Amino acid sequence: GEGKELTKEEKQRLRKEKKQHKKNKKDDRGPPEKEKEKEKASVPAPSKPATQSPAHKAPVPVNASASESPVAAEKPAKSKAELRAERRARQDSERASKQGKKEGGQQSTSSKPKATPNELQPVVKRLPDHVQVDDPVALKKLAKKLERQQVPLRSDYGYKVSLFSHLHQYSRKNPPTQQISIPVTVIHPSIVRLGLQYSQGIIAGSNARSVALLHAFKQVIQDYSTPPNEELSRDLVNKLSPYISFLSQCRPLSASMGNAIKYIKKEISNIPSQCKEEEAKRILQECIDSYINEKIILASEAISKYAIEKISDGDVILVYGCSSLVNHILCEAFEKQRKFRVIVVDSRPRLEGREALRRLVKKGIRCTYVLISALSYILPEVSKVFLGAHALLANGYVMSRVGTSQIALVAKAYNVPVLVCCETYKFCERVQTDSFVSNELDDPDDLIVTRNGKTHLENWQTVKSLGLLNLVYDVTPPDFVDLVITDLGMIPCTSVPVVLRVKNVDQ
Amino acid sequence: MPGADKETDLSERIESFLSELKRCGSGAGSLRGSAETARETTALLRRITAQARWGNAGELMEIIRKEGRRMTAAQPSETTVGNMIRRVLKIIREEYARSRGSSEETDQQESLHKLLTSGGSSEDNFRQHFTHLKANVIEAINELLTELEGTTDNISMQALEHIHSNEVIMTIGRSRTVEAFLKDAARKRKFHVIVAECAPFCQGHEMATSLCKEDIETTVIPDAAIFAVMSRVNKVIIGTQTVLANGGLRAVNGTHTLALAAKHHSTPLIVCAPMFKLSPQLVILLYKNYFFVLILSKVNAHCPVFDYVPPELITLFISNIGGNAPSYIYRLMSELYHPEDHEL
Repeated sequence: GEGKELTKEEKQRLRKEKKQHKKNKKDDRGPPEKEKEKEKASVPAPSKPATQSPAHKAPVPVNASASESPVAAEKPAKSKAELRAERRARQDSERASKQGKKEGGQQSTSSKPKATPNELQPVVKRLPDHVQVDDPVALKKLAKKLERQQVPLRSDYGYKVSLFSHLHQYSRKNPPTQQISIPVTVIHPSIVRLGLQYSQGIIAGSNARSVALLHAFKQVIQDYSTPPNEELSRDLVNKLSPYISFLSQCRPLSASMGNAIKYIKKEISNIPSQCKEEEAKRILQECIDSYINEKIILASEAISKYAIEKISDGDVILVYGCSSLVNHILCEAFEKQRKFRVIVVDSRPRLEGREALRRLVKKGIRCTYVLISALSYILPEVSKVFLGAHALLANGYVMSRVGTSQIALVAKAYNVPVLVCCETYKFCERVQTDSFVSNELDDPDDLIVTRNGKTHLENWQTVKSLGLLNLVYDVTPPDFVDLVITDLGMIPCTSVPVVLRVKNVDQ
Repeated sequence: MPGADKETDLSERIESFLSELKRCGSGAGSLRGSAETARETTALLRRITAQARWGNAGELMEIIRKEGRRMTAAQPSETTVGNMIRRVLKIIREEYARSRGSSEETDQQESLHKLLTSGGSSEDNFRQHFTHLKANVIEAINELLTELEGTTDNISMQALEHIHSNEVIMTIGRSRTVEAFLKDAARKRKFHVIVAECAPFCQGHEMATSLCKEDIETTVIPDAAIFAVMSRVNKVIIGTQTVLANGGLRAVNGTHTLALAAKHHSTPLIVCAPMFKLSPQLVILLYKNYFFVLILSKVNAHCPVFDYVPPELITLFISNIGGNAPSYIYRLMSELYHPEDHEL
């Protein structure tokens, strides 16, 4: 109460002073306005660039400037939000003045080329929480944040292989929903249900998870009512934060979900303040619907069209696991009377290939089923390999279900073309070179199996030196991939950053 | 008559051995290791030498060849049986030559001249009768048996030359030779082992639990994660079912993927295989086993048991006689088997 108010005001005062100081310095130097806005934006260090205001063309870099980081670290959340509101008001006014300046000629042309060098400046992005499990400081921060948001903290399970001690490893038997009290006050019930579906693996697959997330958000927006003295565009974003924390406790967010959340937050903050609540809700529902329609449904139609050109009669196509996009392509090709047969490769412990097999056989496609260890045996018969992707990284690596890189490797050894199908909304700006640094560890108990009546790994927890590793994703180097089929066309793996740049400029 | 009893006793033993072989093959995975099979085959051949009726070396070889053909037909995938038969045939040839006085050991077709001159002469050479031939052959087979008993230990003794401390070693499935190799090294060095479970039989699980008993840090990974994890592996050590004449392997399925991943990361691939696994075959036969019962009857399922690994992917063979490069395997083969015995 009182104490907090005081520190907040003190801090506001400190910051105002600093800003004045900087303004004076800048008037002497006269650099572009952009830098000032950038520094202001960097102060509360938003973890997701979704909170940036649309004035910034380049992604907001979080400059770890020495003067501001100690202030940022000590600030409690509530004051942060208030300060952000103030800052936004300031930015609005500056935007207006900048518009005026822009009319005045030279600045516009000189500010535009200066906009792009922002991307080349050193960017220090904040490391996401889910890859800092071995850092006790980060864990404490996360615990505090979750406590504030009244989201349960999930505890790790089982012995973790030392190479992966920086990642979480959860057990499916303890979903975080068990730790929530009933009735739930902070988290919307559809989000609770969604979190449970994620953690139990009922909803799996990149597209399925994103669509389910968006539908849940639609429900949330429907039930939302603006509290008095608050603006919808700001309060709704704040309401979504605990939901997102809860969902990432249930299962780490995928790249596609991250992009969807960014989009929603941007749309919400773009709602003009004079808009009525009903109207705003309607706009947001429409935005979400059009996102799903454009980025997922129409994208898969476009990708099918391109991919069908690559399927010829008599082909033997190899697919791995269950990718909704690849299944869609094969079903479409079959409807267009292409003659081909499919080999479905599957792997333990998820055995997702069986689901793909069911869908394809239902359509009437001739299928063969093998496990991934039989890959070298059947590859000589294969003419093409179609793979789905979870995300495409900015350095051209394909992040997908574990085992995909193996398939690409062996296909390359046998000179079989590898085609990856991926919608553009899954492209992400991260870069990664191996499957260790940023991955997901699934429940290790899934590896236990009974063969010949014996379950060797039953008591693996009691054995001191035994560890079970159940990875979910791996990265495929771009030299194994021959072509990426996206809704923008067929591109080589190395053109992913070009697409990202084009997307950023559009936005 | 004692002779008849001996013969019936002998044929009974042969029959029981054949049925044992047939039974082993139809189960899921081998119920006994190849070392045991090799020992039993050699013991049986010694018994045949001792108890069967034969007058000269040629007749003995005919008997052994005949029984050998039956044994290999009972279980074609178990190549150690055929290998032992060829070894014994070579022993007989050598003993015969020694008895005759000529140094047959050096007559290995080393030169084109020898090839041309000694072509047809070996045919009738085995008709001579020697009284001590039987005893010599049995003694030589006993030596072979002792060699067989010591193979695993000989291989494990070399473990410390190949494993340094804090290494990460990868292996696949379950091989008793590799298990002994790693356990021997673990007595003096600390290292980490990653075992690929090798679906669908998942013998890797057994291997992992067995290694853990010796306090070796073990991790079990599914087959799909082999390439993902390979970048952190220092060495790949595997066992095999058979070593082929060109230096390639016939090993459990999934080994080819492992070898390709190791080649991609330039990780050395070491094969621990005793000499009795060396087979003069060059042709690969992959055996299918329809393992899964799928709900949908419209689907073909393949479950091959073995993989072929070409010699270019292998770095080193460790056998009971030391370490060898894959390019040297054909020479070892010519020392173990006579070229005329390659086809039984």
